[in-house]
Amino acid sequence: MKAFDHILMAHGGGGQLMDQLLNEVVRARVGNEILAQGMDSGILQTPAGRLAITLDGYVVTPPFFPGGDIGRLAISGTVNDLAVCGARPLGIALGLIMAEGLERSILERVMDSIAATAREANVKVVTGDTKVVGRGQCDGLYVTTAGIGEVPAGLILGHAEVRTGDKILINGFIADHGLAVMLAREMPHLTTPIRSDAAPLNGLIEQVLESHAKVRFMRDPTRAGISGLLADLARASRRRVVIEEECLPVRRETRHAAEMLGLDVMEVANEGKVVMVVADEDAGKALTAMRSHPLGKDAAIIGEVTDVTDGLCELHTTSGGRRVVQKPLGEQLPRIC
Amino acid sequence: MSSGRTTISEVTGRLGAAAVRLRAPAAFMEVCGTHTVSAFRCGLHSMLPANVKLLSGPGCPVCVTAQGDIDLMVQAAELPGVTFCTYGDMLKVPGTHGSLDAARGRGADVKIIYSTLDAVKWAADHPKQHVVLGAVGFETTTPATAAAILEADRRRLSNFSVLASHKVLLPALRALLDDRQIQIAGLLCPGHASVILGSEAFRPLVDDYGFPCVVAGFEPEQMLAGIARLTEMVATGRPELDNVYRQVVKPEGNPLARRIIANVFEPAPANWRALGVIPGSGLAIRPQFSRFDATLRFELVAKDAPEPAGCRCGQVITGRCTPADCGLFGTRCTPMDPVGPCMVSSEGSCAAWFKYGPSVAVQPAQEAMR
Amino acid sequence: MCLAVPGKVIRKVGDDADVDLQGNQLRVSTVLVPEVKEGDWVLIHAGFAIQTLDEESARETFALLSELETT
Repeated sequence: MKAFDHILMAHGGGGQLMDQLLNEVVRARVGNEILAQGMDSGILQTPAGRLAITLDGYVVTPPFFPGGDIGRLAISGTVNDLAVCGARPLGIALGLIMAEGLERSILERVMDSIAATAREANVKVVTGDTKVVGRGQCDGLYVTTAGIGEVPAGLILGHAEVRTGDKILINGFIADHGLAVMLAREMPHLTTPIRSDAAPLNGLIEQVLESHAKVRFMRDPTRAGISGLLADLARASRRRVVIEEECLPVRRETRHAAEMLGLDVMEVANEGKVVMVVADEDAGKALTAMRSHPLGKDAAIIGEVTDVTDGLCELHTTSGGRRVVQKPLGEQLPRIC
Repeated sequence: MSSGRTTISEVTGRLGAAAVRLRAPAAFMEVCGTHTVSAFRCGLHSMLPANVKLLSGPGCPVCVTAQGDIDLMVQAAELPGVTFCTYGDMLKVPGTHGSLDAARGRGADVKIIYSTLDAVKWAADHPKQHVVLGAVGFETTTPATAAAILEADRRRLSNFSVLASHKVLLPALRALLDDRQIQIAGLLCPGHASVILGSEAFRPLVDDYGFPCVVAGFEPEQMLAGIARLTEMVATGRPELDNVYRQVVKPEGNPLARRIIANVFEPAPANWRALGVIPGSGLAIRPQFSRFDATLRFELVAKDAPEPAGCRCGQVITGRCTPADCGLFGTRCTPMDPVGPCMVSSEGSCAAWFKYGPSVAVQPAQEAMR
Repeated sequence: MCLAVPGKVIRKVGDDADVDLQGNQLRVSTVLVPEVKEGDWVLIHAGFAIQTLDEESARETFALLSELETT
């Protein structure tokens, strides 16, 4: 078949051109025995028990940014949504929507990244879908990923598990992803060492769970930043959560760039972070488990759950003041995932 | 930040000592959107003594930009062949018929710029497009627009013009103080506008009105030190001009920046939303640069838009009521769907109160648990 | 809208200067402070240097310049 440099409408048509695309660009990179079956669904073996299922769409522009790309984001994001529910990822379903005219080399780079991130997370792409839309639509490439995972028996996580005195932990530096993307898009002439933190966290999370630290609840602080996560946590668990601003890990260059753009680092997206609520007596053990993993070297305890039942998140600021942290409206930040 | 903490405790100590000597509660006003946000973000209000308050004045340039001026920007953005460049702050500000963001959604070419010179470079690189630079701001930002016009002039660009609604701070502050109903005991002066203006710019307010003025930066220590000095002045009955941001703000400010502004702009009346027209508080492009005036290039005429019924922004930004006192606040008027100017920008008094306001009323966890 | 941050001039490039901002680097206009030279500290607002600063004062005043990563 003729070689192609750009995506054509026919590549989404379900015919020979689509087969060529899938074979040369997709299966060549993420191929495995399940995909090789060539069925309309990927068939997985799962033990009886609880299944976790999650779905995400990725529409970030630009598709490549320092530290990552839309492909790495997609796999990491879906793996993390499973992992924070305690689920071990079993398989990923990958949807690609491309605009006619998309350069093949862009798709190949994204697929390379998807393959590498999937290997890192020890998860397979077991089924997928391909569509092509008109030139100029969908910013070139949109990715959707659904993930399935199995939740171990006896692992109970949730807002209802949260108790007075529980500690709140995070595995490292905040705000890097959102700033990396925003700077790449809005200030391309600023050179910056800030890199997206996009990464699959299932290995780190497994390590913490294996330490037998009593983890009550986990969540990844994506679009609304840790502000959104903490405000939701406080409200849903009906507890006052108190956070120490001084304990939040923030890189110097990230804080400076945020200040320049008038952004609050607590409201900026993360794609390689997990916030855990852990029983007080196990907080040290959980922290050690995090810090012994490459993605948790800078982990910190950032706050705790109090007895007060007003469902607010209170921040003790570095200057000794206090304020309430609300969930951001969501309009402020441009699309970053 | 342990050394910062020591400084903070020294400053709060001074503030507390001065507050005890006040004969009546004192409300000070800041007139800078960045002060508004910085104060809320560091929880400053929780650190003030019970008888000292910090109110927000007309310090948010986006908020005080007249609806008619926003409408002109949207109109310009929708002209064929125009690329409209503006700061991110302007994008979602609603005019009478929608915002620049909405215009962009309908196909207008609207670009966010960080520096006005980016707009000039774009114009130079795209001779077939006409670039209109939309700008608002006080003296901190005005030099950037003036510099852009001078650069466009130097490059002899014929495809660049400016729609600017810059404001001049001192006439507005005088208008505020001329209103005898105002119950503000002193002014926390904007640190970065003062970089351009110089701390001495506020001397007339002290001399003519006997009004305490202190220039402060944006760190918590700065704002607290400024409020401490203001409180001391009120407690002793000795209004003065002081500057706790001396490392950054000089008495004479940046004279070159002011000359650049004066080269390009001349004083004009300006319509401040919620305050009305204040003579000499705006800037018009001088006749010798009229080819860079977008209102002339495109024959754009601003139309007055009436203020919405029930909106109390005028009283909010003159310190006569808090945002929470307004009947529309949080119900009909929210950041997602703003009615009045104070809710329009994230630095506006009402928007800041909406986001951080619960802080002011909430007890600390330790107290709440007893 | 009065957001301004401190930075150190790495090099002058005509009317512009490349400024280090705690590891980030940005080219800003120096037309408002034309006397600025390499090694000077400046305050930057909207892509313009608006004032020169001395390093010691800058470090005392701006928490952003704290040496510590986490604060």
